Amino acid sequence: MPEQPYTTVIGLEVHVQLATQSKLFCRCSTQFGAEPNTQTCPVCTGLPGTLPVMNAHAFELSLQTAIALNCDIPGFTKWDRKQYYYPDLPKGYQISQFDLPMSDDGYLEIADPKDRFEPKRVRILRAHLEEDAGKSVHDEAAGKADSEIDLNRTGTPLLEIVSEPDMRSSLEARAFLQELKLLLTYIGVSDCNMQEGSLRVDANVNLHLEKDSEKVATPIVEIKNMNSFRAVERAIDYEAKRQYDEWQETGRRLGESPKQTRGWDDAAGVTRGQRSKEESSDYRYFPDPDLMPVTTTAEQVEAVRAALPELPAGLRQRLGDDYSLGHYDADVLVNQGRPVVDYYLTAADASGDPKLTCNWVTQEVLRELKDKEITIEQFGVSAERLAGLVKGIDSGAIPGPRGREVFTTMLADDCDAQEATSKLGIEQVDESELVALCQKLVDANPKIVADVKAGKQQAVGALIGQAKAQNPNVDPGRVREICLELAQQS
Amino acid sequence: MSLLDRSACQLLADLKAGEISSVELTQASLDRIEAADEKVGAFLQQSGRAALAAAEQIDVRRAAGEQLGILAGLPVAVKDVLCDSTTTTTCASKMLANFRPPYDSTVVAKLRSADAVLVGRTNMDEFAMGGSTENSAVQLTRNPWDLQRAPGGSSGGAAACVAAGMVPLSIGTDTGGSIRQPAGLCGVVGMKPTYGRVSRYGLVAFASSLDQVGPLARTAEDVALLLEAIAGHDPRDSTSLEEATPAYSQSVSKPLENMRIGVVKEQFATGLNSEVETAVRDAIAVYESLGATVKEVELPHSKYGVAAYYVIAPSEASSNLARYDGAHYGHRTDQAEMMAELEAERKQLSESGDQRGLDNLDTPLIRMYRRSRAEGFGPEVKRRIMLGTYALSAGYYDAYYLKALKVRRLIRQDYDKAFEDVDLIAGPVTASPAFKLGEMVDDPLAMYLVDLYTVSANLAGLPGLSMPCGFSEAGLPIGLQLQAPPLKEQRLLKAAHMYQQTTDWHTRRPPET
Amino acid sequence: MAITRETVEKVALLARLKLSETELEKMTEQMGQIVGYVDQLSEVDTEGVEPMAHAVEVTNVFAEDVVAESLPREQALSNAPSSNERGYLVPAVLGD
Ligand SMILES: [Mg+2]
Ligand SMILES: [Zn+2]
Repeated sequence: MPEQPYTTVIGLEVHVQLATQSKLFCRCSTQFGAEPNTQTCPVCTGLPGTLPVMNAHAFELSLQTAIALNCDIPGFTKWDRKQYYYPDLPKGYQISQFDLPMSDDGYLEIADPKDRFEPKRVRILRAHLEEDAGKSVHDEAAGKADSEIDLNRTGTPLLEIVSEPDMRSSLEARAFLQELKLLLTYIGVSDCNMQEGSLRVDANVNLHLEKDSEKVATPIVEIKNMNSFRAVERAIDYEAKRQYDEWQETGRRLGESPKQTRGWDDAAGVTRGQRSKEESSDYRYFPDPDLMPVTTTAEQVEAVRAALPELPAGLRQRLGDDYSLGHYDADVLVNQGRPVVDYYLTAADASGDPKLTCNWVTQEVLRELKDKEITIEQFGVSAERLAGLVKGIDSGAIPGPRGREVFTTMLADDCDAQEATSKLGIEQVDESELVALCQKLVDANPKIVADVKAGKQQAVGALIGQAKAQNPNVDPGRVREICLELAQQS
Repeated sequence: MSLLDRSACQLLADLKAGEISSVELTQASLDRIEAADEKVGAFLQQSGRAALAAAEQIDVRRAAGEQLGILAGLPVAVKDVLCDSTTTTTCASKMLANFRPPYDSTVVAKLRSADAVLVGRTNMDEFAMGGSTENSAVQLTRNPWDLQRAPGGSSGGAAACVAAGMVPLSIGTDTGGSIRQPAGLCGVVGMKPTYGRVSRYGLVAFASSLDQVGPLARTAEDVALLLEAIAGHDPRDSTSLEEATPAYSQSVSKPLENMRIGVVKEQFATGLNSEVETAVRDAIAVYESLGATVKEVELPHSKYGVAAYYVIAPSEASSNLARYDGAHYGHRTDQAEMMAELEAERKQLSESGDQRGLDNLDTPLIRMYRRSRAEGFGPEVKRRIMLGTYALSAGYYDAYYLKALKVRRLIRQDYDKAFEDVDLIAGPVTASPAFKLGEMVDDPLAMYLVDLYTVSANLAGLPGLSMPCGFSEAGLPIGLQLQAPPLKEQRLLKAAHMYQQTTDWHTRRPPET
Repeated sequence: MAITRETVEKVALLARLKLSETELEKMTEQMGQIVGYVDQLSEVDTEGVEPMAHAVEVTNVFAEDVVAESLPREQALSNAPSSNERGYLVPAVLGD
């Protein structure tokens, strides 16, 4: 990447839908994809007289997440009303958390296996729980005057995770999101499906640059409407360039104009200014009198921490320490998600050869999953059977080069490595038999022997082909070694 | 003598004994409403046929020897602020004129499961905001003791219908005195229970941290009976207390011993009507004659109660009433008319070249909100929404809302300290007897100050009771207020019952209405 | 704090109320009176006093995460001032 005359400063706000069965303050289902307005009740539609009651599981899931993000969990947290009028918000306020969020001051570590940026710690300012709004649909094409409101999503629990502005490139922002998503799926607190809106990202972007050896910053812009990680990357890159151009044109600095919100247009590849609501800053937050505060003890926090599953960072470490895998391999495995890692661990433990097992998993197994678009749970070769294959190769029972054939047969015929081996007629070739075969070939090919003696070692390749033709079970590597030796001696 | 001159407890005994039937009693109640309510205007709606059908069911079940609820067969009136899925819940507002809740409030459900007969829905100040019921967008309610006077409010209909003998029992709500004040002005007994004692689920919110549902009747025993039916923990209300409900109707007749009654000096200072003062002092003397010791206590921050209340209550109200925006339910402005208005404004502005005016035009959506709310709410509701919005807005939050919450804590601490020395605090409910209709409609601040003696119990979350303790020369009832520590409703009821055993104010009836 | 007409107009927009000229005038005056009265709160020494937002100080009130039945759509939409068979209808939310 060419050196730029500015540093891009990025902070992210991520809304994650928590994997509860029911909504945050009522017991309507949170299932995605239902017919509009079929998952609502008097509470989530804000009917007069109704009252919210906090979903215990939503709080547990947010605690788990916040602890996994190394956040502090204050002993006391409360609910506030954030007030604004919008037809997808039937009460006229969103129940959220303002000055005493359920967690703050955490971090998430990010690194790039391709070393495009230095590993770093992105600080988490806070994570708080809040309810989602509904959806408004406006059919502009049909030229209708009215918008249609669907309140199914209203009241779905969201965890809002706010990072400090610690990222310095779109690549880092993307790495942060990927690592966050991985963490959330490892704990199982969210399905993080961006298409279904389970994970939504807003980015705050500005530039730090130097003018007359004075450090200056451009006004912060909040980017919305990014529907994929790729979109986040593109939008940040676009916005950085746009801000640089604007800076050169206007020289406007941070604080000299109000914070702007821009929407990302993925098709056009640009961000566009959104009309700021006249009094958008005055949300008139105040404690929700209908909801009681929540207290959490240090013991509870410790109990949640102890019950957390192994997290991606720790798992990468363990794969390096206990399985001798390099950063890259560990990263590939961990990024596949816990089920693939479990598959690997079972296979590696059973085979006793973690490195070779890793090669088989990251190459053959993952390729199969990708080609067939299946999950590891649906994959036809069990971890135990894969371990059998690796062991067979290690013991020499399966000649290395024929491993893939065996693997393919195991998959096609749903059998273990031994059965596949015998189906393929693979037998181990006795060493003396092999030497005898090579001797025969060397004797029969004086021209090749001469070439080898003259230093043309590659000439021996022809002998390997002949050996394989006579006995398909021979190990070409061994044939090459033996033939070279015999040729030199003759 | 009409059936309805008997107390609810007496009627219950008569029903059990088979001397009267619920149909008979319900019919008597409906007849009385028919006869008197044209003048009083307590009811927004009466459920004649449904009530009779329910009464008949109860009679049948009683005849079959079934186990019945504790209110079996008794007519009960409900303030039109508690959701009932069988009818509209209007809060006496144009905004909710046609609103039919698809669910029952917990209190209404409890009344039904106690086998009460719900005879109708009573008038109130719009969204329970007011102290005279004059803020009802539907009708005036008159004080049965003097039809030119207000019944008080916001539960004016709830108090007036009991005073006029239309029903033995009635449900009201109290946010700053809205049960106790009309009870006092109409000469009946009314209680605001401890905050959290009665579920708020299905009570259309005015100020959530202050609202409480409570009973009105003519005797302390009847109030005890009704409270027993509606109290109790409700998992649908996060602010509901996990406390078992005492058998109030059983314990009410057990006298209190060694009663220590607190009196707050400031409550008898300037501003208190002399007739009220005399009646209240006499009532306290009655307690002394019953063996109580009277002690002066201090509530130094109570004088700030009204100020704190008129920050906290409007703040919460401004938020609670944001949901009435014409989008999902309630009144919506005429959209065609609205769009025509927008077009006309746009045309006028562009003709005069007023670009700023054009830029500042409300969008159709914002215009819909503003017009719907302007048309749906009455002046008092608008005033409180404005006050609350102001108090919570940027720059004013700390000076008003936060400050008021701190003063609220001080008020509560004063009570905690006072109740270390006394069991009950006795004093006036209002500074004067019932005022004339229309007397204060143009002076909101004067109207707010009527709540002086009642708001502190709401701020502190304490139970309070009001009962008749005398009459003015003009024949208007005067109320005595008793306040107790949290969850001590039994103490209030026992004390009130003791008083009613020795006095007969509660047996007086208003002149024929 | 004195309440100006400009403040009242701003608050009326925040509160989504449309006030007529007469209402604005009256509201300015009445809010001024009431806020003037409420201003006496500033006399109270509240140094170190915890704000009291709830009348009872209970904590940790939760419900189990168990799905219960929602309202049938027809019933959910039954109070809507304007709706089609799928949802609530409101003036276009575009450009907002
Ligand atoms: Mg948020
Ligand atoms: Zn719901």
